[in-house]
Parts: sequence; structure tokens; C-alpha cells
Amino acid sequence: MPDKVRVPIGPQHPALKEPESFLLTLVGEQITEMSVRLGYNHRGIEKACEGRTYVQDVYLIERVCGICSHSHSTAFVQAVEEIAGLEVPKRGLYIRTLVAELERVHSHLLWLGVAGHEIGFDTLLMYTWRDREVVMDLLALLTGNRVNYGMNTIGGVRRDIAEGQKQGILNAVDALESRTKYYIEVASQEVTLINRLSGVGVVSHEDAIRLGAVGPTGRASNVARDARKDDPYAVYADLDFKVITSDHNDVYGRTLVRVGELMESYKMIRQLVRNMPEGPVAVKAPRKIPAGEAVSRYEAPRGEDVHYVRANGTDKPERVKIRAPTLANVQCVAHMLKDRYLADLPIVIAAIDPCFSCTDRLIAVHGAGREPQTMDWEAVRRYGIEWYRARGTDFTDLNKKLRVKIA
Amino acid sequence: MDILVSLFYILIFPGILFLGVFSLATEFVDRKLHARLQNRIGPPWFQPLADFIKLAGKEDVVPDQADRTVFKLMPILAVTGSVTAFLYIPVWGTNALWAFPGDVVVVLYLLTIPTLTFFLGGWYSGSPYSLIGAARAITQLFAYEIPLFLSILAPALLADTWSLSEMAQFYARHPGYTPVNIVAFAVAVVALLGKLEKGPFDIPEAETEIVAGTFTEYSGRLLAMFRLALGIEMVVGASLIAAVFLPFGLGVGPVIGFVLYLAKVLFVVCLLSLLRTVLARLRIDQMISFCWKIVAPIAFLQLLVDLLAKGILHG
Repeated sequence: MPDKVRVPIGPQHPALKEPESFLLTLVGEQITEMSVRLGYNHRGIEKACEGRTYVQDVYLIERVCGICSHSHSTAFVQAVEEIAGLEVPKRGLYIRTLVAELERVHSHLLWLGVAGHEIGFDTLLMYTWRDREVVMDLLALLTGNRVNYGMNTIGGVRRDIAEGQKQGILNAVDALESRTKYYIEVASQEVTLINRLSGVGVVSHEDAIRLGAVGPTGRASNVARDARKDDPYAVYADLDFKVITSDHNDVYGRTLVRVGELMESYKMIRQLVRNMPEGPVAVKAPRKIPAGEAVSRYEAPRGEDVHYVRANGTDKPERVKIRAPTLANVQCVAHMLKDRYLADLPIVIAAIDPCFSCTDRLIAVHGAGREPQTMDWEAVRRYGIEWYRARGTDFTDLNKKLRVKIA
Repeated sequence: MDILVSLFYILIFPGILFLGVFSLATEFVDRKLHARLQNRIGPPWFQPLADFIKLAGKEDVVPDQADRTVFKLMPILAVTGSVTAFLYIPVWGTNALWAFPGDVVVVLYLLTIPTLTFFLGGWYSGSPYSLIGAARAITQLFAYEIPLFLSILAPALLADTWSLSEMAQFYARHPGYTPVNIVAFAVAVVALLGKLEKGPFDIPEAETEIVAGTFTEYSGRLLAMFRLALGIEMVVGASLIAAVFLPFGLGVGPVIGFVLYLAKVLFVVCLLSLLRTVLARLRIDQMISFCWKIVAPIAFLQLLVDLLAKGILHG
């Protein structure tokens, strides 16, 4: 075997659910060098927000992420509500929190399955995803949608929860709790699972703080940071829950933290359902938001999600900035994989529960030192054609051929 | 007439046709059981055949960087190796089609050929994923091959023969000796999992790490052939285990004997399915240390037990 093998993991690879690129240099099975390249998924959402009204933006922001859609929309509406000085009714906040915790449950169950798949334990994937259907059905029942709930609006939520639905929520939570207890048992007893997870992707407590790890990734290194506790938003101040931490520092710890958080979420959902006050679910928001700016923190299932909104008195925001939790955690991945084995790569990447399309919202300028230049659409197109032609692919040729064929 | 009989042996029974059909059937049982255990519905009965036909109907793509001869030859060699090994394994009754003193070693040798072809096919594919898969396949070979040899040779020692047919005859005469080899049976099942590259030992084709490992660049008929070889290897491996460790009901005539043989093979296949359902994939280093530190010593222990048993019983 040659001394060093360069293996591209991505942009297209079975281990990755989204396009991103990890170029590895391997000596045998060991990773000696690794370069991470993100940015395949940039969608220009922040810029698009500036061209739309606040109400339209809620739905656009919800589509930042498919899994933590409610997280992003809540973080955004919280910022807008703060600028506009809106007092959201208590019942609206309770429903918002309820959906948030249900979303956490479905996200963590999804992660558990993905983690199982990455270490070749598909049985876990099949089981957790079957159980996840319970919470997905529940979300569909409460909000009308399985993924992008469309629940949030500026000033509250769009749907009320009927009295008759409450028992269904409690039943679903009971069923999920017993299943989660079973997974805790599996995680603490299954030998191959423990062997593949413990001691893998280690980030010490100090490194986790230095690299800015957030969410379960940080909490597994005993960094007890949780925006729900540190800076309570919605109704988290009224709820009784623990911040789950672990001192394993590895992927196994991250698994334990997520499973532990599931149990805490069930506890919170029960409290939310039982203590839900009566009253309206939303207040009417003005179409034009007064000038001002706000930062909103939200503990998404993957970690702290930060939104910044600046308003200028019109019905469209002047600037929206989204910092998804993956951006904070992705810095750890290269550190975790130093001198580890190739076989650990999928689970270490998966263990931060990455969401790359949520993260890709920054454009890095390559080839610094060159004068920045502004091009119009036609010029960019010509530049692209020339660039590919210099490398042997002529797309204009291709077009001609196609046209001939059609005619 | 001799030629016709030989052709029948090669093409129909116990040759390619029987093994092909039986391997597709066992693949179905394996996949269906795996799916049911995972709370899935699983494929319909003809799915393995449909997959085979679909693959066979597709274009063979040979990468520019690959060595064309080796790349195309290896799938054929893989099928040949595993089919040939079957000739020396007693199916029903106590006699294989061909038997000679020492055929145990030949069967074990022939069963290594598919792994070697996976290695060479991957090595000459010219893709980094295949390269790593190939290196893993050959590393894994060194881990499970010794335990497999030991676990088959221990019962052979007790039976005092190097022929599978004579071993079957011995254990048919003395069914009481069979439980002595129960540990070797477990070792052989574990080693067979490694040989077939099935979870938890599917390291050479670990999907989430190296795409499809050695088979990454293979497509069409060549991939169909490799898949067939793996299927046949599963049948042959299970038959070998059935012949050595489950030697009961051998004198009941061909029809019941044949049904019993099918049941034994399916039992072994179900065991393999169960194991790959409940275990996570190991890392290559964990697999090697598991095989050398745990499985191989246990196999040696079995050897010792068989030697002692032989001393007491024959002495």
C-alpha cells in the first residue's frame, strides 16, 4: 500500500447527508491530515430576508433547517418581538415552548438513529426512527405539518391547542419515555456500541470552552451551558428541568447527554401541558417594525442558535444574521479527529449533529490580495464559461450540440 | 455418458444452478429475517433474483485507472472458488460427491479464494475507497482465518481423519461426541461472519466510511458475479458448519436427508442474520484484537479439549 492515501469524503459520500467536503490524508487507517471545506449549500437566505416582509421572513427562516425549523423561526420572532416591544400572551409562549420541546424529542431520536447508522448498527436506526414517528404524528396533529410547522408568528403562535388534544400528548410522551428508557439500557449494555463510541472524538473540558462548543457537544465535555437555563426565554423560567452534562468528553458522552435530554424534555412537556394557562395565543403585530436591533438566543436541539435582526422602521428588516449551532461546533471536528482512525470519522462528524445547509451562510473570499471586483450577471456567466473552457469543458459547445439534436 | 454426468454435476447439481438458486433463496431468508428483526417489512421472495437480473443487465464499467484483466477476472475466480469448495462437503448422508483424505484443508483453502479475489479486485480498481477496502479485507482475513481453521480442525482431530466425509461418518456413528465441539461451532460462526464480510465484521465494505470498499468501482455483470460469489460462499460456509457440527439425521434417505440439510443451512444463516442485526460494526483494530485475543485462544482451548477427549476415549 502506498505510504499515504488521500481520500475524499464528500462532497458526495454515503456518510454525509448534505454536501460538504473532508479531504483526508491517511497513513494506513490513521488520519494524519484533514481539511474541511464547507459552503456547498449556501442559499442566500439572509439576503433574501432583506427583500421580504417580516411575516414572509418567518416562513423563509423556518426553512433554514428541516430538523430544527421551529428553533430558527422562534429565534427570529423573538428578536422581532423584542424590537417591536410586543408582549406575547402566556398561552402563546407555552404552546411555542411545547412545540420546541417536541421538536427536540424528534431531533434527538433522529440523531440516535443516524449515530447508529454511522457505526453500522442499522437496527438502532430502524427502531428509533419508528419511535420517532410517534412524535412526528403528534407534531402533525398539533401544527398540521410534520417538519416545517408554521406555528410561529410575530406576536405569538398561529394555532391553539384544544383541550381534547392534551391527553393524546401525554399518552405519546408516556410511550416515548418507556422506549427511551430501553435505549438508555441498550446504550449502557451493548458492548459493540460502547466500544465504537467511548474514547472516540475526545474534546477535553478546556478545549470545548476554547473551541466554543455549544449544545450537547459542549455539555458532554461538562460545559454546563444551556440558553434555556442561562438566559431563559419563552416560559423556560417557569419549568423545572436539569441541564444534562457528562464528563465522558467523547461520543459516548454526547449520546448519554442527548438521551438524558430526551428524558428532561418529556418532563417539561408534561409540565407544559398541565400548567397551560387560558387566554389568547397571540397579539396583533404591526406591519411596520420600528427601528432598532435585537439579538435572540435559543437553545436548539443541536446547541445555541443566535439570530440578529436590525429593523429600520419599514415592513422589511435591514439585516438578518443567523448563527446556526453547527458553525460553533464544526471547529471541534478537526480537533476530535486528530490521529484517529478513518472508521471514527463518520460518527465523530455525526456526533456534533451537523446541519451544514443551516451553517452555510458566510462567503469566504478565496485568493485574498486580488482586488475585489463587481460583475454583472452577463460578466459572471462569461467568466464561468471561460473558466471551464480553460479546463477543457466547453459548455457553449454542449448547448450547440443539444440544440442540433432537438432540431 | 461420463461427460453428461460430469456436465450435470458441474452445471446442475451440486454445481452452479443448484448453488445459485439456493444462494438466492438463503439471501432472501437472510434479508427478510434481518428486516423483520429490524421492524421492517423486508423484500419479497424474488428480490435477490430480481437484483441479480437487474445487475446482469447493466453495463460493466471498468475505470481507466484499473487493471482491466485483473478487474474482470476476479469476479469469475470468486464464483469458481466458492462453487468448487462445495464438491467436497457431504450434503445428505455421509458422503460428499468427491472425497479424499485431506479434503478439509482443500475446502478451507478454496474458501479463502473469494477473499483474495476481493482483495485483488479492489487493489487493482484504482480508487482510494477500493484500496482501503482491499487492505481491510486482507487484514481481516488474517484475523478470522486462523480461528476458522482451528475450529474445523479440532473436530477433525477428534474424528482422527482429514476428510469431511469420514468426519461425518465418525460423528454419525458417535453422536455423543458432537457436543464436545460446541465451542468450535460458535468460533466457526463468528469466523464465517468475518469471511462473508457481514456485520459486525462488514469492515471492508463499511458504507459510511469507504462507500462500498472493494466493490466501489464494480458494476453490472461483474458486481452481480461478486454478489453471487458471496451468496454461494454463505451457502458453502453454512454447509461446512452444518456438516461438521450438526451431523445428525444422516442415515434417513436422500429426500428427508436433503430437507434436513436445507434446514441446517438455514439455521446457520439465521444465526448469522441474528448476529448482524444485534451488533454494531467494529473498527478493524477492534476486530483484529477481538479475533486474536478472544476467539483464537478459545479455538485453541477447543483443540486442547478435543486432544484430551481423544486421549481418554481412544486410549
